[in-house]
Amino acid sequence: MTTSFMILAVLTVAGTAAAMGLRNAVHCVLALALGFAGIAMLYLQLGAQFVGFTQILVYVGAVAILAVFAIMMTHNDKSMALPDSHSAWVAGCIVAVAVFAVLARAIVSSSASAQTQPPQPAATVQQIGNALMHRFVMPLEIMGLLLTAALIGAVVIAMDRREEMK
Amino acid sequence: MNSLQSYLLLSSLLFSIGLAGALTRRNAILVLIGIELMLNAANLNFIAFWRYGPAPEVLTGIMFTIFSISIAAAEAAVGLSIILAAYRHSRTTDLDQMNSLKG
Repeated sequence: MTTSFMILAVLTVAGTAAAMGLRNAVHCVLALALGFAGIAMLYLQLGAQFVGFTQILVYVGAVAILAVFAIMMTHNDKSMALPDSHSAWVAGCIVAVAVFAVLARAIVSSSASAQTQPPQPAATVQQIGNALMHRFVMPLEIMGLLLTAALIGAVVIAMDRREEMK
Repeated sequence: MNSLQSYLLLSSLLFSIGLAGALTRRNAILVLIGIELMLNAANLNFIAFWRYGPAPEVLTGIMFTIFSISIAAAEAAVGLSIILAAYRHSRTTDLDQMNSLKG
């Protein structure tokens, strides 16, 4: 393992663990943005530049900001003051540790996962664009339809209907 | 040199952190964020297998990750707007108190 991988792994795990563990919800989302940025840098390290920049644009730029807005719009002293229940916390952590133990055992015992890095494959934006426009054009169109439907649906669901009823 | 194993272990750790958050937090927005983290761990697996797999020039792993990120963005937008609508109705985002489907 290289030093850069270790630094990025520690950054990502610290950011995501803080996002799931901190008490204040706004702090959680800011720590989450750090974790998402760490994952984006891991993509860059793996040679997937386009996916790394997409990750920064979509997750750090859009999803984290959207979550901050949602938390601020639903801010309520009553819900912030309540601590998470202790027994549910212990049970959830036991389940998560058990899942990690099973996954880690499967990964370590597998012979396929021990191989070292092959030479860097070329994945330029031009190649990705060509693939999107030829081989993957149908999924791309369906994705555009899905995003349009999700955009309209999100606006309709979040709209305040009490004003129209008057 | 990094091996595939280190990336897979990191991504399973991220998945477990997201699972722990989704199971233990009571704020609905933070549960949604935990689910996003689990999706991200799967994306990291796709990219790692693309990088170490037999035919990286076909770009299948990258394409799957791009589509997966778009679907996750749509899911986050719709999920957060559902939480906003539920908050407007019941004045709380606490999952333990959202125990009624009646409008």
